[in-house]
Amino acid sequence: MRLSIRSAGLGLVAGLLPALAFAADAHGDAGGGGMPQLRFNDPWMHGQIIWLLLIFGLLYYVMARYALPEVASVLEARRQRIEGDLEAAQEAKGRADAALAAHRAATAQARAEAQSAITTAAQQAQAEAAAKGEALNARLTAQIEAAEGRIAAARDAAMGALRQVATETTDALVSRLIGGVDRGAVEAAVDRELSARAAAGGRG
Amino acid sequence: MAAEGKAIDALGQFELQPFLGPIGEAVRFSQSNAHMLAAVGIISGLMIWGMARRAIIPGRLQAAAEMSYDFVHDLVTGQVGDEGKRFFPFVFSLFMFVLFGNLIGLLPFAFTFTSHIAVTFTLAMVVFILTTIVGIAIHGKHWFSYFVPEGAPKPLLPLIVPIEIISYLSRPVSLSVRLFANMVAGHVMLKVFATFVVMIGGAGILGIFGATLPLALNVVLIGFELLVAFLQAYVFAILTSIYLHDAVHLH
Repeated sequence: MRLSIRSAGLGLVAGLLPALAFAADAHGDAGGGGMPQLRFNDPWMHGQIIWLLLIFGLLYYVMARYALPEVASVLEARRQRIEGDLEAAQEAKGRADAALAAHRAATAQARAEAQSAITTAAQQAQAEAAAKGEALNARLTAQIEAAEGRIAAARDAAMGALRQVATETTDALVSRLIGGVDRGAVEAAVDRELSARAAAGGRG
Repeated sequence: MAAEGKAIDALGQFELQPFLGPIGEAVRFSQSNAHMLAAVGIISGLMIWGMARRAIIPGRLQAAAEMSYDFVHDLVTGQVGDEGKRFFPFVFSLFMFVLFGNLIGLLPFAFTFTSHIAVTFTLAMVVFILTTIVGIAIHGKHWFSYFVPEGAPKPLLPLIVPIEIISYLSRPVSLSVRLFANMVAGHVMLKVFATFVVMIGGAGILGIFGATLPLALNVVLIGFELLVAFLQAYVFAILTSIYLHDAVHLH
């Protein structure tokens, strides 16, 4: 294709010259007055056309060879830069999305873990508290029982001592009042009186 | 000044003059050619110097260069298709050459080389011969079927084929005369109204007020000519693209 374009250029020059010659001949008699543009036999006109072809050829050469490829490369570079930037932005957005998702998942997991830890701790604390309470109850019950036992023993001991004191006092009083004492009668009276008191105390 | 004497010399501005006296005289280099060279210099400066920074975010000059590139590129590929990319430098050169020829011609003391039928016709012939050679190079003998429209009734062919051939041959004429006539008409009008300004303005106090009317008209005309300068360059380029489309695709 490149070759055919070049041959087209050659043909262009070859084909143009007769056409111009024809144009110049056709209006060859239009010298002098009128429009200066129509004086085709003027040598300045021919010079103008030849120089036009040379200058336009120069413009085409400069444009095709230097200027336009440069513009094309700048536009291409910009297009690539924009595409690259868009891709980078897309990538960054993807990364940000992934990071956000990971963060959300981590938060959810942490929350679940914290919840379960709280629940476990609460249950443990409850169980411990219950165990401690039971142990305390048991100890207190034991202490209460022991104390009750000691109280009962002390009371029994006191009761025993009371009978002896009462018997001896009664014995002394009776012997002082009436002299001579029936020991058995005194003990029976004291027992009777004590049991009556005990019955009254039990009621009270 | 043109207002000397009674006649208004509106055509003297199109006279070819030697550029730089004897130097131009020796090689037949007229002021018209000097303006062509100036146009080439400005276009090359815009496209090469303007793009030299290769900025990602273009400045004004680079934006102008890129805009003209994109404009013509879209025009060519839009008309011719992807095959048109090979002709893009040609159409671009043509468009810019005509555009800057028209624009430079609007400057005071400048010459408008697109107001010469020889120039526009030469450019049109370049386009004509190029499109013909491209058409024959791509399609060979089949190219001549271009003059026989598809689906035309057989009995009418003796009539249609000559019409098609004449319309094909008249392409360079219409292409060149359109640009030439537009530029000549614009510049003749500018010159005539400018001469009115000088003539009326010379007629005392009242004349100075009277001269403002043609002056205002000339201001409007300049704006109009700017539009025409661009429009005619655009028309030249788009018709070239259409012809290239015909050469590449045959209808």
